[in-house]
Amino acid sequence: MSDSFTLDGRAIPCAPGQSILQAASAAGVFIPHLCFHPEFRPQGSCKLCTVRASGRLGSACTLPATPGLSVESDTAELNARRRVLLQLLFVEGNHFCPACEKSGDCLLQATAYALKILTPEFVQFYPHRAVDASHPDILLDMNRCILCGLCVEASHRADGKDVFALAGRGLHSHIVVNSASGRLGDSTLTATDRAAHICPVGAILPKRQGFHTPIGERKYDHKTVAEQEIAGESE
Amino acid sequence: MTDTTENLRRVAIDPISRVEGHGKVTLLLDEHNHVRQARLHIVEFRGFERFIQGRPYWEVPVMVQRLCGICPVSHQLAACKALDRVVGATSITPTAEKIRRLMHYGQILQSHALHFFHLASPDLLLGFDSEPTRRNIAGLAAAHPDLARQGVLLRRFGQEVIRITSGKRIHGTGAIPGGVNKAVTLAERDELLREIPQILAWSQSAITLIRRLHETDPALYENFGLFRSGLLSLVDARGELDLYDGALRARDADGGLIFDGADGQHYGDLIREEVRPWSYMKFPFLKALGNQAGWYKVGPLARIQNCDAIPTPLAEQARRDFMAYSGGQPRHAPLAYHWARMIELLHAAETLHRLLLDDDILGNELMASGERRREGVGLLEAPRGTLIHHYQVDDNDLISMCNLIVSTTHNNQAMNKAICRVAQDYLDGQEISEGLLNRIEIVIRAFDPCLSCATHAIGKMPLQVELLDAQGARLSSLSRLGDGSYT
Repeated sequence: MSDSFTLDGRAIPCAPGQSILQAASAAGVFIPHLCFHPEFRPQGSCKLCTVRASGRLGSACTLPATPGLSVESDTAELNARRRVLLQLLFVEGNHFCPACEKSGDCLLQATAYALKILTPEFVQFYPHRAVDASHPDILLDMNRCILCGLCVEASHRADGKDVFALAGRGLHSHIVVNSASGRLGDSTLTATDRAAHICPVGAILPKRQGFHTPIGERKYDHKTVAEQEIAGESE
Repeated sequence: MTDTTENLRRVAIDPISRVEGHGKVTLLLDEHNHVRQARLHIVEFRGFERFIQGRPYWEVPVMVQRLCGICPVSHQLAACKALDRVVGATSITPTAEKIRRLMHYGQILQSHALHFFHLASPDLLLGFDSEPTRRNIAGLAAAHPDLARQGVLLRRFGQEVIRITSGKRIHGTGAIPGGVNKAVTLAERDELLREIPQILAWSQSAITLIRRLHETDPALYENFGLFRSGLLSLVDARGELDLYDGALRARDADGGLIFDGADGQHYGDLIREEVRPWSYMKFPFLKALGNQAGWYKVGPLARIQNCDAIPTPLAEQARRDFMAYSGGQPRHAPLAYHWARMIELLHAAETLHRLLLDDDILGNELMASGERRREGVGLLEAPRGTLIHHYQVDDNDLISMCNLIVSTTHNNQAMNKAICRVAQDYLDGQEISEGLLNRIEIVIRAFDPCLSCATHAIGKMPLQVELLDAQGARLSSLSRLGDGSYT
């Protein structure tokens, strides 16, 4: 019999080196997350995947799947925490889903729907954030950035370029572009880079695509974020 | 009417005083206590022209359609037509054009059905002075259940056409700069075609109904709120009615041509906009005639009389009957808008039928492109009248300028004139009565302005009317709240 731990009372097989989130996904159990991507090392920064493992809170994407652990994830308490985190992200940026081309393909939106968030709960910050359209093929719209850091990881690890970096602290954290002018058009990013296609929200987008995908054919039109994740189709 | 306001006090509306969804009308008296001017205040500020600056152009058609929940398709299509030029698609594919036309005529059908059956017919069938709390779609459903049901089902059909072509009944994404993102499947086409005979029959009976109302009380229908004005609309290359595309034509109040075949890309050479301090809604006028004489009306009543013919047989016969009713003389009565609107309802049903039988809507060539431009203007005839979207796009694909002239804005001065006429005819003494308030509401509604759409969900348009003397002192005021009560 293989090693296992329990997740919400269900036995989840695990192997050495797996995180709780990876083991749960492999077993067909979804744990909400934003900054985790199977291609890259876990960061544990968005905190959405926070679970209670043998009484202690921790990020499921970084906590090792240890045999014998008793893990809680889909509980009222933890989902309430997740909703607060999502609500904070929605009001901290400018996320206008109705006019966003990522709508229907957006991990933030799909996760919010999965957690039954239908309307903002907190006062909107309405921050002034720049749109950098200087690149001929890629649009950078900081209004929608959730600071997941996946573009930083992808540019560093997959593209070997370090086009993006996180700067600032706390509320002033933001993505910066590695070019003399600070503009994307002056960076080494190309349209085929992994970093150009890793953004789970609508912050880094290929230009001139817009609403080419009809409603009904978008990623989350017929599958929930959990179904997409378990099917291994999540970006 | 007055050309000068020297002895009339202007009233400035501060945005802080706005009450969302309320119509407000100010009637200004002269020194002899005659109504000299009426002002329909539009104090809801939207700001789309400004806040889309700096956004990528491909996002704009979906963003600007949020201007309206009733005719979002019009805004999406007008923006796409403007941005077709920016992406160099001066000619889109036959499939794309016909899918867009399906979407547009579906929207005309649902919007006109909504307006006539849900919003206007309670006034016309239950009576101008009927109890306001019953003068709505619920009251209509009680008194004329078949008619209320037809209205619901006509609207549902139009919205199904929109859903199939744009992905959603409201605020879909079907039209994109350069074409469309989907065609129609055989199953979808057959589903819609099955309903066409019933839709045509109900559309024809709506014309019969509105004609009967005119014949029952011609004095009321031909004189209520009557004013004379020029007409503006698009017509196709043959001078026939086309709600999706065409060139601008303007006629004077007698039907004489002011201009014809004018390319909408140069609308700024023909139409100017005046700003007045008491309203956020601008006042467009024909440049050739100036701001005093150059105002006009748009929408069904203008379109039906501006075109030389309607290119579908049943609606063309209905147009001829409409013109013959006045002996061929131009008709300016606001209540004739309803008749003209029902002729367009029938035309939309016939056009949908024609398009659904065209195999191009099943095609797979959806997009076109060409040499990039920095600017484009998109015009079409929205349910309420001519709609103009104008954009400039910078080298980085971001919107640098936007100007929108929406249908209700074209009708701004016309609505004020109609209200003024109603007030002149129905103001008794210096007290605003419930009867006058009801009649002002009814004449505003004849134009089907966005105001009525946005605030009249079940026939409960909150409205405030106030009467000012020559010195600007308030003589009387009456408000009707959303629950039908008066204060």
